[in-house]
Amino acid sequence: MTEQAKFQIKNLNFYYGDFRALEDINLELQQKQVSALIGPSGCGKSSFLRCLNRMNDLIPAARAEGEILLEGQDIYSPSIDVVNLRRRVGMVFQKPNPFPKTVFDNVAYGLRVNGIRDKRLLREKVEWNLKQAALWEEIKDRLNQSALGLSGGQQQRLCIARALAVEPEVLLMDEPASALDPIATQKIEDLIHELKKEYTIIIVTHNMQQAARVSDITAFFYMGRLIETGDTETLFTRPGLQQTEDYITGRFG
Amino acid sequence: MGLQSHQREKLVHAIFLVVGASGIIILLLIFLFLIREGLPVFEVVSVVDFIFGTQWYPTYDPADYGILALIVGSLCVVGLSSLIAVPLGICTAIYLAEIAHPRVRAVLKPVVELIEGLPTVVIGFFGMVVMAPFLQRTLDLNTGLNIFNASLMLAFMAVPTIASISEDAIYSVPGHVKEGSMALGATHWETISRVILPASLAGISTAVVLGIARAIGETMVVLMVAGGAAMIPESVFDPVRPMPASIAAEMGEAPYQSHHYHALFAIALVLFVFTFVFNMIASWLSEKHKQVGEANL
Repeated sequence: MTEQAKFQIKNLNFYYGDFRALEDINLELQQKQVSALIGPSGCGKSSFLRCLNRMNDLIPAARAEGEILLEGQDIYSPSIDVVNLRRRVGMVFQKPNPFPKTVFDNVAYGLRVNGIRDKRLLREKVEWNLKQAALWEEIKDRLNQSALGLSGGQQQRLCIARALAVEPEVLLMDEPASALDPIATQKIEDLIHELKKEYTIIIVTHNMQQAARVSDITAFFYMGRLIETGDTETLFTRPGLQQTEDYITGRFG
Repeated sequence: MGLQSHQREKLVHAIFLVVGASGIIILLLIFLFLIREGLPVFEVVSVVDFIFGTQWYPTYDPADYGILALIVGSLCVVGLSSLIAVPLGICTAIYLAEIAHPRVRAVLKPVVELIEGLPTVVIGFFGMVVMAPFLQRTLDLNTGLNIFNASLMLAFMAVPTIASISEDAIYSVPGHVKEGSMALGATHWETISRVILPASLAGISTAVVLGIARAIGETMVVLMVAGGAAMIPESVFDPVRPMPASIAAEMGEAPYQSHHYHALFAIALVLFVFTFVFNMIASWLSEKHKQVGEANL
């Protein structure tokens, strides 16, 4: 074994009330890689993603069993501070969800919550993160306008800038481009390539071409189980299992 | 039938126009009536003396028609009750929408709305026979019927209105916006205070306006518990005579078309202007804080 994995998931079971949404998931996700989670709707890939920053805690009657280790530390152990965990593991959602505030305040939100008050520092960090998200040139003159007036693609990049601003180690992306047109999607994918140098990225996607384009490793989920995982090129060209091949060639799902 | 579809459309439009317009026209007529019945009092007293005069002795000879004490009475009672009701109402709403367990919410929300429907005479009665003697005894006052008591009762009346409408506004903030905040490592309280409340500000200010508007116009409660003394109060434990209470108490005994009668209508006019200005400020405020709708993808 070479480097320690960023995330180690061991025997993870996840329930919504009596319904078991994830069954015995074992997976390792490496540092500074893009991991894609694919599978048909309802296969558990989003539930899995939301276990990684404990967003599922917000859903009453949801519970997880097993271990998820972030750099060797179990994130479901009682000693873990969830707020701190979510600062380390950021998230971008399927539907762009900017706050009904100005563009500036959206990016500054996470910084302010972290106690940064200095105006100059805030300005610098907002600019830097908007540049990171390849949005600065488009909206540098509109920082004081409502974020809700931006296009969907700009909103999604704003949400990425907002997530980057708290300097997470991992970025979870839940179908970040599914609501966007091809050009906006292209921009998000280019961005993922750039961000991979700095961050560990885990992306859920419906779009297999997208998974093939952006990811280093791919994990295929079906009916709450992790069917197959491997490096993206192998998985898409020589899948090990018939089920995986059927899915990626579009025979079902 | 003989009617063509476009004729039927026109008929439907006409019916809605008549019904909708009649409400507005009736309100306008009431306003004109107020003006017609109220203005004649200014033949015997100037506008300045009417509004800034501190002596309200409408049945004396010569009579004094100064309503400053009534205006101050209304403002005191409404101001103090707002100070109590607004924070209480909004906190209740936050609790119901964000903190309470869904099952608790399912029980408490209807209860709050039930209290909203409580007849104000019941609240007034409670203030008169329970709160007034209690205040008088514990604080050793001359009378328990005073600003403080009336404000408490009005607040009691306004809290459910404010709470239930604010709760709707807070509850309707989309879940994905809240998730966005939590995912950035904001605590629940940071999410409530920095994202959810600002996003629902327009709804909350509407709630506050409706709650306070109810308190301004409320007659029965202030008639029963404000004490009825037409004088400028020196402390919150002094009795006052708010404008609606004055009108209700005196209209029955004022001779038709007398100066006193006209003076009461002029008070109603002042009350009308107050509520009107208040509503204008409120709708301006909520317009200012209105946030642009969801983005188009």
